[in-house]
Amino acid sequence: MSQRVEVLVGTKKGAFILESDPARRDWRLRGPFCQNWPTHDFIRAADGTLYAGGGSNWYGPSVWRSTDNGESWTQSSAGLTYGDAGPKLTTIWKLAAADSNGTVYAGVEPAGLFRSDDHGATWSHVAGLREHPSRPDWQPGNGGLCLHSIVTHPTDPNRMWVAASAVGTFETTDGGKTWETRNKGVRADFVPGPPPDFGQCVHKLRLHPDQPEWLYQQNHCGVYRSDDGGRQWTEITNELPSEFGFPMVIHPHDPKTIYVIPHSGPEAGRQMIDGHAAVFRSRDRGDTWQRLSDGLPGNAAFVTVLRENMAIDSLDQPGVYFGTSTGQVFGSADEGEHWSLMADYLPPIWSVEAAVVNA
Amino acid sequence: MATVHLPRSLVTLFTNPPPRHLQLASTSLGGLVDELDSRWPGMRDRLVEPGPRLREHINVFVDGERERDLAAPLGDASVVHVIPAVAGG
Repeated sequence: MSQRVEVLVGTKKGAFILESDPARRDWRLRGPFCQNWPTHDFIRAADGTLYAGGGSNWYGPSVWRSTDNGESWTQSSAGLTYGDAGPKLTTIWKLAAADSNGTVYAGVEPAGLFRSDDHGATWSHVAGLREHPSRPDWQPGNGGLCLHSIVTHPTDPNRMWVAASAVGTFETTDGGKTWETRNKGVRADFVPGPPPDFGQCVHKLRLHPDQPEWLYQQNHCGVYRSDDGGRQWTEITNELPSEFGFPMVIHPHDPKTIYVIPHSGPEAGRQMIDGHAAVFRSRDRGDTWQRLSDGLPGNAAFVTVLRENMAIDSLDQPGVYFGTSTGQVFGSADEGEHWSLMADYLPPIWSVEAAVVNA
Repeated sequence: MATVHLPRSLVTLFTNPPPRHLQLASTSLGGLVDELDSRWPGMRDRLVEPGPRLREHINVFVDGERERDLAAPLGDASVVHVIPAVAGG
């Protein structure tokens, strides 16, 4: 059976698919899909369904889906609401397909979690998260009050982690009824005093299914790992040129290998440092880091790679991809050793996801 | 029967799209939205946000006057225009 590699790109003006054979040398662009709907996340579930989530300034938040590889689309926001008394839901930030039976989670702004059990046709609020005692004190960061990371446990459907910028990481062990903070050991230098129980500014939270107690996060204030499901975090920023960055991915076949893209600091443009584009990889859980830049622009590349904008595919030698807020997609077919420009002149990119499809 | 004019960007969101121009029997603006939603499920979510109120950047004109109140009455000869706010970028 032949395979096709897809890089799913969510942009300010619709969703796009870059596709290639497994050699990943030549990429074909399809799209825009979803009628140019501002798309914060675009995923392909294990059952083949495509989901795109975002929010229109005119028509509000919605989740789009296609079961025919993008040929036709439907959209729904049925149930995506905090009710008439609640705050207005502005956009969908993150989608996560939990299984092949149509269960999909949506992280939204203002921060909250919704669940669909019918392939996104209808949604219900996972109210327990917003019933957490810390909720009245959640404050938006510069990127908004966005729930951007949804991490499901590979074998226990009752366990899940979510993370929201300027709020922190939470875990549930009872299917979403109750949640506990998971921020111990994570700095929050933008508030006085010792690190608080919540309010840390997570930018991306990741877990590897082979080591479900190992969590990683790129934070506003450093890069961290946890060995115990987030109960305690250890900083692994080490010799990275900046503690600040947005995305992070884990190698699909090696839970010790992680990738980040350090950016100039929060008050220094939040761009590739000195205009030199580079990805950093660690093969030892963050103890040491390697700079990877072969093929990336080495001069005057003042681009930003936002928190949803890096992905890694699942081939034996995985490809790594990132998108910029100025419309470029870069990719490497050899775990980050060599890079090339896959697409340019796209709208501002808000998300990049990778999928390997049996054609 | 009120005459309703819908924007292209709205009708194309639906698998079996409504006509751009149609006539519906409704006695209020909110009733008109509900009637649209009953025929094209999900239409209400596109036009109305929590409150409930018309979405901020959805403009509705009834007989040429901008109307924000979902309780506003409609007459048999009312003409309703639904127009997304003009935007840059």
